[in-house]
Amino acid sequence: MKDIVIINPGLYTTVQDRGRWGYQEYGMPVTGAMDDYSLRLANILVGNDEYDAVLETTLNGPEISFNTDVVAAITGANMVPRVNGYTVPMWRSLKLSKGDVLSFEMAREGTRGYIAFAGGLDIPPVMGSRSTYVRGAIGGYEGRKLKSNDEIDLRDKNLPIEQLADRIIPPQYIPQYEDSCIIRVIPGPQDDYFTEESIEKFFNSEYEITKEADRMGYRLSGPQLIHKAGADIISDGINLGSVQVPGHGMPIIMMSDRQTTGGYTKIATVISSDIPVMAQLKPGNKVRFEKIDIREAHKVLKEYENKIKEIKDYVNSYQLNTAGMKRYNLKIEGVSYEVMVEEIV
Amino acid sequence: MYDEARYLMSGDKGLVVEFGNEISEPVNEKVRGMYLAIQKSQMPGIYELIPTYRSLLIQYNPLEIEIDSLIEKLSEIEKDLGAIDLPKPRIVEIPTIYGGEFGEDLGFVAEHNGLSEDEVIKIHSSIDYRIYMLGFTPGFSYLGGMSEKIATPRLKTPRTKIPGGSVGIAGKQTGIYPMESPGGWQLIGRTPVKLYDPASETPIILRAGDYIRFIPIDKDEYDYIHDLAGKKQYKIKIVTE
Repeated sequence: MKDIVIINPGLYTTVQDRGRWGYQEYGMPVTGAMDDYSLRLANILVGNDEYDAVLETTLNGPEISFNTDVVAAITGANMVPRVNGYTVPMWRSLKLSKGDVLSFEMAREGTRGYIAFAGGLDIPPVMGSRSTYVRGAIGGYEGRKLKSNDEIDLRDKNLPIEQLADRIIPPQYIPQYEDSCIIRVIPGPQDDYFTEESIEKFFNSEYEITKEADRMGYRLSGPQLIHKAGADIISDGINLGSVQVPGHGMPIIMMSDRQTTGGYTKIATVISSDIPVMAQLKPGNKVRFEKIDIREAHKVLKEYENKIKEIKDYVNSYQLNTAGMKRYNLKIEGVSYEVMVEEIV
Repeated sequence: MYDEARYLMSGDKGLVVEFGNEISEPVNEKVRGMYLAIQKSQMPGIYELIPTYRSLLIQYNPLEIEIDSLIEKLSEIEKDLGAIDLPKPRIVEIPTIYGGEFGEDLGFVAEHNGLSEDEVIKIHSSIDYRIYMLGFTPGFSYLGGMSEKIATPRLKTPRTKIPGGSVGIAGKQTGIYPMESPGGWQLIGRTPVKLYDPASETPIILRAGDYIRFIPIDKDEYDYIHDLAGKKQYKIKIVTE
């Protein structure tokens, strides 16, 4: 038996890291975690490299049992994590013991949850990445989403587990997932293919996420966008967050599993630091697009990266002070629990 | 071709350098030139390049290079493009068995164009095809230059499963399926060479700007190469002329 056993995989759980960069010119999609922010914070909490591979869950989390003591952190969508049936906090590293069962419910807020394990997942990298590319059947766990009875070992098993547990993300850095939000975009590269009225419509209307929303892209519905003369272009490169508009006039946001090239006009591109917001949206949620200037966008990106650095410094320097706490081992109906109690003055 | 390249924003980490709005060798050669020149310059902050028919998507980290400075440096490179000698394109030899069980539609393609099967093979394998770009699926190359004499419309009902290595024709295009996939191309042959192997050190051999030369082979040669390729012992022949 390996360290981590998938009892129930949930709706769509895959292994993801930052993605398979470096091969787009050969037609290889990047893939990788949809929500960069949650990926990095989960890894920071458990002391991994920010971009190490984690489990990405979708709408309905998995049920996992452990054959060893581990430190895990859960970020992203709120799927109400429980250990042995008792709710546990998110955005905090948790020590789990051999025999524990981690389970989830349907997401209450957000769409994608992330589970990082201290020491990382022992998944062989393919073309430099552990990310699963399901359509291409490579990477991750045998190139597919997880199934019941899949087992994964931890890569580094000799970690100071006690020191990595109980690290927290300060509340001001924990995102709130809303059902409607504003997404900032930079116009282009083919905004000049659209009528002026359509550009105006794009920036002044609400668009809804349709059911056709997956790791490859989100199809939206809302006011139809009109091309001056046709929606087809000579195929060119697609970027993360590219907003493609085919002939039907409805935008499609290109996400992690996007193809590398395409022949439809792209009206705008979502800025990198709003991709994590996009990643947490689900069908029925609404977005409005806001125009942002390239230089302003770069300032925003810098702030985003600085924020993550601040969090990392904080997490690495701070540890929950457990000195004044009392630990008890409780046995309830034959199951042992470790309980920490703090005296409130 | 444009007099001067257009610089288009593709988000906060992407810049498109567009050389024209047409599919042509001179425009695509500019794309290749720019790609090679940027690689050679080892400019900081650029992490990936995606060459396509008529433009180059540059993915950069704005925290390492400012957009104004990036565009300035790229414009300088672009100005010098005409003056530098590009290395000769590589020609990648693709051994291909035509017809029979390996190319079920060869007969149809011949009939459609009023040719014999041998004539189709001769026409198809007599030209070097430029790889304008790769995309669609890993290792899929968009080739240009096929003779209109063998142009054939797509199948009315696409096949659900086409074996990797299949060589096909769709309208005025020809191409190779790098891996098993569904598709509607008229299949005229198959190569035993693996064009996509994620476990290999070079997972994808073909590059934008290369040329493909189809070399007709018989069943014995096919089996021999197929066997070697399976053992990862077949070395694809690449020539420069």
